Amino acid sequence: MKNPLPPPSPERTPGRNSPIFKNQKWGKGQNFEQNNTTPPLKIRSLDFWGRLGGGLRFGLYFVLAAPLLLFILYAFSNRWFFPQPFPVEWTSAALVRTLSDTRVLAGLLDSLGIAAIVSLLSLALGFPAARVLGLRQFRGRQIAWLVLFLPTVVPPLAIGMGLNILFLQTGLAGTFLGVVLAHLIPTLPYVIFTLAGAYARYDENFEFQSLVLGASPVRTFLTVTLRLIAPSLVVAALFAFLISWSQYLLTLLIGSGRIITLPILLFSAASGGNPVTIAVLSLIFLAPPVLVIAITARHLRGGEIREQY
Amino acid sequence: MRSHPLFSPWFSLAPALTIVTVLLGASLVYGVAQSLGLMSVIGQDTLSLDAYRNLFTGQGMAGREFWGSLAFSLWVSIASTLISSALALLVAVWLSERRGSGGAENLALNWNLAFPHLVWSVALLLFLSQSGLLARWAAAAGIIQTPADFPVLVRDRYGIGITLHYVSKEIPFLALIILAVLRTQPAGYDLVAENLGASRWQRLRYVTLPQVAPALLSGALLVFAFIFSSYEVPALLGVNYPRMLPALALRFFNDPDLRSRADGMAISLVITVIVLIVAAVSLKKGEQK
Repeated sequence: MKNPLPPPSPERTPGRNSPIFKNQKWGKGQNFEQNNTTPPLKIRSLDFWGRLGGGLRFGLYFVLAAPLLLFILYAFSNRWFFPQPFPVEWTSAALVRTLSDTRVLAGLLDSLGIAAIVSLLSLALGFPAARVLGLRQFRGRQIAWLVLFLPTVVPPLAIGMGLNILFLQTGLAGTFLGVVLAHLIPTLPYVIFTLAGAYARYDENFEFQSLVLGASPVRTFLTVTLRLIAPSLVVAALFAFLISWSQYLLTLLIGSGRIITLPILLFSAASGGNPVTIAVLSLIFLAPPVLVIAITARHLRGGEIREQY
Repeated sequence: MRSHPLFSPWFSLAPALTIVTVLLGASLVYGVAQSLGLMSVIGQDTLSLDAYRNLFTGQGMAGREFWGSLAFSLWVSIASTLISSALALLVAVWLSERRGSGGAENLALNWNLAFPHLVWSVALLLFLSQSGLLARWAAAAGIIQTPADFPVLVRDRYGIGITLHYVSKEIPFLALIILAVLRTQPAGYDLVAENLGASRWQRLRYVTLPQVAPALLSGALLVFAFIFSSYEVPALLGVNYPRMLPALALRFFNDPDLRSRADGMAISLVITVIVLIVAAVSLKKGEQK
């Protein structure tokens, strides 16, 4: 009993690149269609594209870093006049100035606070919903699914404009709570569908086993359920954070100019500020998403519903 | 014991469903009411279809721009969707034929998530504007003399900047969708075709494309719907005339003259209806395979 609960491995259909099949002998009663396998093809890996691909690795990382380098170039430049291809003088004055600007600091604090609360709230509200959507079949499941799917397709523009008057009347406009509520609309479906996907690959029998062996429901939840679902929980929380963090339109329409988050500051700077300030704000704004993606990119699965933000 | 209401799935769904239905429902009800001129703020409480009539007949401040804006929105959205779909297909096929390096690949295709649309637009502005980095390089290389010699690629009349933005952002999104399909398909079809002497192009056209078409179409429709309805990018990378529908909608919604709000709201509901139809088709197509 060294490892009673192996972490759930994501069910992937082995494709043509799957390592499982790399050393497999072809033939010997292998049913081609059924096993979904390919013989090892030496010719393919030697063709032009294959070799080019190997050489492109360095270029790829450069392209990935390029947008960040662009912002860094502008943010630390000093008196960079037109025909010069690169800054001649460098300074961190703009960064220091921006980071000590009270408006920026307040925006940073508001953005962080709103995104953190939105992320936690959508986990709390979305977790039970995702569990039943992923595990149970019941009447009306399709309807529930459709209702929760709707916010991902109704444009934030229409949602924000419609809620604007309602929130003005109820006093929620321009408040922290109002903006948090508005941000829940795009984050909640994301969290629910991510976790429901995890629950669809989840074996409930681990819980039954724990209960049968005498663990309390609370202990079962903490040591079995949470442990098994944790990776998806982390991804859902991080992305809910990012969706809220980069929300511009809903904050603009509900915040009524009183809740100033970083995207609002960046947008107004980009509409007519100087490039150095814009670049510094962009770098501050980019820090959380770049960190999150750099850490989680290898574990993300493609092809599921992905929120655009 | 199982019939206890605490075990009903609806009990678990209630918190999320309540938030979504109340907020989404209220926003739609209030939105429709406003577009019909129902606004307690200015004491008007009679329903009228004036806003829609003005839009569709091209009258009034908002109406005069409506059809032009709709055409411009369609042009940008369709061009961006088609270009990014075609390029995403090439990228996905190329990646699926390579072996190994799954980590680098995953990072590359998810990397666009690190750049929210707003900040990606800003990057394009700094890079492509007439005094931007590319223009500086062109000047240093002696290709142009002054910033004005550099072509207008962002904040241009034709939506080039907006299209460039969406193409660069949506290629990885669509490539991931296509790649997910390709990875579950047996490579056999492709091999058989290759063995029978099919050229690279023929294999792409007659083997790969039919396999990925339903997923690609479904994804492309979602991309179209997103581009057609989003505001930040056309607001930052576009010009005042012509402007895309979301920019037009917000312009009239924020008009100091509160009667213009109905026009703005009506435009936004027109966008919503179009997007919902496209999304429904996308769902249907996605289910087929």
